[in-house]
Amino acid sequence: MFFELIGTSPQVLFGQLLLGLINGAFYAMLSLGLAVIFGLMNVINFTHGAQYMMGAFGAWMLLNYLGVPYWGALVLVPLAVGASGVIIERLLISRLYDLDHLYGLLLTFGVGLIIEGLFRHQFGASGLPYPIPIPGGTNLGFMFLPWYRAWVVGFSLILCLATWYMIEKTQLGSYLRAATERPDLVQAFGINVPRMITLTYGFGVGLAALAGVLAAPYSVNPMMGANLIIVVFAVVVIGGMGSIMGSIVTGFGLGVIEGLTKVFYPEASNTVIFVIMAIVLMLKPNGLFGTPR
Amino acid sequence: MPTIDMDLAVRGLHGWYGESHVLHGMSFDVKAGEVVTLLGRNGAGKTTTMRAIMGMLANREGSICYGDRELIAATSNRIARLGIAYCPEERGIFSSLSVRENLLLPPKVKAGGLSIEEICRIFPNLAERLESQGSKLSGGEQQMLAIARILRTGAKFLLLDEPTEGLAPVIVRQIGDTIRALREQGFTILLVEQNLRFAQSVADRHYVVEHGQVIDMISGIELASQREKLRAYLGV
Repeated sequence: MFFELIGTSPQVLFGQLLLGLINGAFYAMLSLGLAVIFGLMNVINFTHGAQYMMGAFGAWMLLNYLGVPYWGALVLVPLAVGASGVIIERLLISRLYDLDHLYGLLLTFGVGLIIEGLFRHQFGASGLPYPIPIPGGTNLGFMFLPWYRAWVVGFSLILCLATWYMIEKTQLGSYLRAATERPDLVQAFGINVPRMITLTYGFGVGLAALAGVLAAPYSVNPMMGANLIIVVFAVVVIGGMGSIMGSIVTGFGLGVIEGLTKVFYPEASNTVIFVIMAIVLMLKPNGLFGTPR
Repeated sequence: MPTIDMDLAVRGLHGWYGESHVLHGMSFDVKAGEVVTLLGRNGAGKTTTMRAIMGMLANREGSICYGDRELIAATSNRIARLGIAYCPEERGIFSSLSVRENLLLPPKVKAGGLSIEEICRIFPNLAERLESQGSKLSGGEQQMLAIARILRTGAKFLLLDEPTEGLAPVIVRQIGDTIRALREQGFTILLVEQNLRFAQSVADRHYVVEHGQVIDMISGIELASQREKLRAYLGV
């Protein structure tokens, strides 16, 4: 009865909600990495989309060149791409810390373009196939639940909450939060802050790559990061730069809103997040959960 | 009881904030176990000197010798690891951390630091507020916390920048008691102070700083008789 009223069927509604949750999971994971990096380093990591894409390609390459399946890729690829992030930070980004933050933005933007260009040159612009590691699903009555979708939502939720917990509730996280406020003082207490910054950047990049591995069964394509990163930036702006829980809640929330928009007003589904971003910027420029800097 | 460490010898210390030449050859000593103050008008270069010693002043030249180690080019985290700790004028309490997290943040750099239990005994008002957010403390509580957290590290050479500024007399007395107790335990303390009476009550010697240079040294015993001269220096 309810579903006749709202003009759709439970399968469509819950199916889209699930897709919305999946998109939201990727939004959350990627904006989380961006928020952590921006919070500590004041650098907007425009390379993030390319690093997400490298995660997916890493999974593809491990499978096709070395025969390493998905579950091995989940562990190895974030480490490898995270290491590449450490190199980028040490060699390039760290040289710009004394300059206007704009230069960090331009640098990461350029590095992202280079990486995407290289992959496009090597692999072409169309996607490569990657098998779904847990095929099939189960019928819940009101909807069909594919196993892999359940895995993506569940795993990313756990990952986001674990990251939040580590930053907000542990001593290691307190170093990060303190260095975000006063890096000079934290260093004067004896902590090697430049090393902390390097490792944090590597962690944020590893998180992006992990999202890329999760995305591989859906898409392995040199432009997949560029397509997604614009929306992720909108999510970060809405949630508030530097707020960990803000990124998670906003990411999942906006994914669901986008999914619902697809059911009820599909024409707007591409733009609804940007409309929300414009409204939030007018009413709460620091984002829903952000604090003024 | 903690072992006494090394003397600090500053010679010809020059310092710049960008183009601005702020320190013009600071030279002074702080012997192990002493409490020494830097007195002077606002802008004389006292805080800048502290930051230079702590390695937090990017542009500096000259000599800062701690024991037999030359620190002029050292990074601040290495200087901290030698057992020197800094309590800045603005206190630097991390607002997004709880009191407990603030206390636990500075890592132990030497053995012999106070435990959390001992800190709670010396600073009972901090003990009550362990889980409060750092930003919710009063000025006096923040000052106590700023001092308490460096006491946990085992550092034996403390740089205290205006610890009594803006605090109520009863808190000022508490801080004076704390500094005197630390001196008994063999700590070495370099203090920046504007409050002459407080400086006299805790310190062995006083250096007068003007325009980034030491222009006079007054021993603790002489301070009372030199009041007039000091007032002239400080323009009070």
